Amino acid sequence: MSENKETQEKESGQKMVLKASDIDPKFKYEISKIPGSEKVMLCFQCGTCTADCPIARFDDFYRPRKLIRMAQLGLKDKLLSDDVIWLCSTCFTCIDHCPQDVGIASIVRALRNLSVKERDMPVAYKELASNIRKTGYAYIISGMRLKKRESEGLPSLPKADLKNIAKLFGTTGLSKMLEKVET
Amino acid sequence: MPELNYLIFLGCVIPYRISSYEISTRKVLDKLGVELVEMPEFNCCGFPLDPINHDMMLTLAAQNLCLAEQQNLNIMTLCNGCFGTLNHVNKELKEDKKLREKVNVYLKEIGMEFEGTTKVKHLIHVLAENIGVERIKDAVQNPLNPLRVAQHSGCHIIRPAKYVGSDDPENPTVLKKLINVTGAECLNYLDEMECCGAPIIGVNEKLPLQLAREKLDHIRAVGAQALITVCPFCHMMYDLNQPRIEKTFNEKFGIPVLHYTQLLGLAMGFSPEELAFKQLRVNASEIVTK
Repeated sequence: MSENKETQEKESGQKMVLKASDIDPKFKYEISKIPGSEKVMLCFQCGTCTADCPIARFDDFYRPRKLIRMAQLGLKDKLLSDDVIWLCSTCFTCIDHCPQDVGIASIVRALRNLSVKERDMPVAYKELASNIRKTGYAYIISGMRLKKRESEGLPSLPKADLKNIAKLFGTTGLSKMLEKVET
Repeated sequence: MPELNYLIFLGCVIPYRISSYEISTRKVLDKLGVELVEMPEFNCCGFPLDPINHDMMLTLAAQNLCLAEQQNLNIMTLCNGCFGTLNHVNKELKEDKKLREKVNVYLKEIGMEFEGTTKVKHLIHVLAENIGVERIKDAVQNPLNPLRVAQHSGCHIIRPAKYVGSDDPENPTVLKKLINVTGAECLNYLDEMECCGAPIIGVNEKLPLQLAREKLDHIRAVGAQALITVCPFCHMMYDLNQPRIEKTFNEKFGIPVLHYTQLLGLAMGFSPEELAFKQLRVNASEIVTK
């Protein structure tokens, strides 16, 4: 019995008792205003998403059903600071299989967006975003690669309009977020 | 035949490290009578930015779509990620007026407006729907039997079904049919729909390698001589990362991973050199010299 409790605690990665001060009762409304996350309140915890999730099969902590429950309960700080929200591989099986059409992967995306806004982002994403801002491509394609294309008879790569990209990074607020984490 | 003109959208991964996919695709499509139009300007589809800023993903995807609209042509992608993103955003912006208006406010900043006049297709849609299996069959000069392979369609050309909707999401058959046309036999195996895990490799290496290891294990169990992919991300997980998987789990697989266009190219009579077989990490010479 105690072993079971221990496993549960280990799996959840947090203590079983919650304080009222941990809860933000308005969080579910905040989430449900984000496009793609409107149906967060419709989840009735059937667990189909988790049973069919390839990541949940290999990871002891990633449980999409639990993420949605935590969002409904208003455990905002816990959710936004938990690294597991970065484990969804966007295979979209949960989106197709959910009987309530909750759009779980979209809600996980919304949680990631909020976490970046209020906290930080994983280094890998910072790199991808900064590469796109600098070159238009998510990876830096070296001069050697470009020369190799020529020797292989491939046409030149399309060029991004970097001025336009910089403007879009500015208006969507992404530039500010990058600066925040770069400093 | 004007419907066989497409703007080719390469995305980032292919020019970065998977040019064998591009080389073999260009050879095969040229012989099948498809004209690929080169774009002077395109950029990342937006997919890597979705986890950090959904608005920026929408806007970057829409900006690519606007560039295609200006050319009055449809887009063909080779990458599942690019297809999933561009197709989803294209459909969502066409259907959702409020969202379209929001994205157009961002686009106005760079003098663009999304109108919704272009379509997005993945290579396998062009092959199966626009060229058609019959025409491909006519182009096969060197049937590949008795070669036995397995397919991995990947996620974003299948799901979410609401936005993709061109194949059965529980039992996709498009790639299987395309493989069977080459004369190779496409085998069924356990958990065919399983994700390759590539999108999270930047934040967690272990999980994608575990997923990929399991897939290679299931493929080996049915005796497939090669795995066939249609996405540079999936290809990277199974081909480039195969030695790493073997080292991590202390297991030997040695399963060649071909782009579908390499398989089709062989059947159409191209040589392995012309199809850039040399660039594959896992040696595929056993299949070629069958």
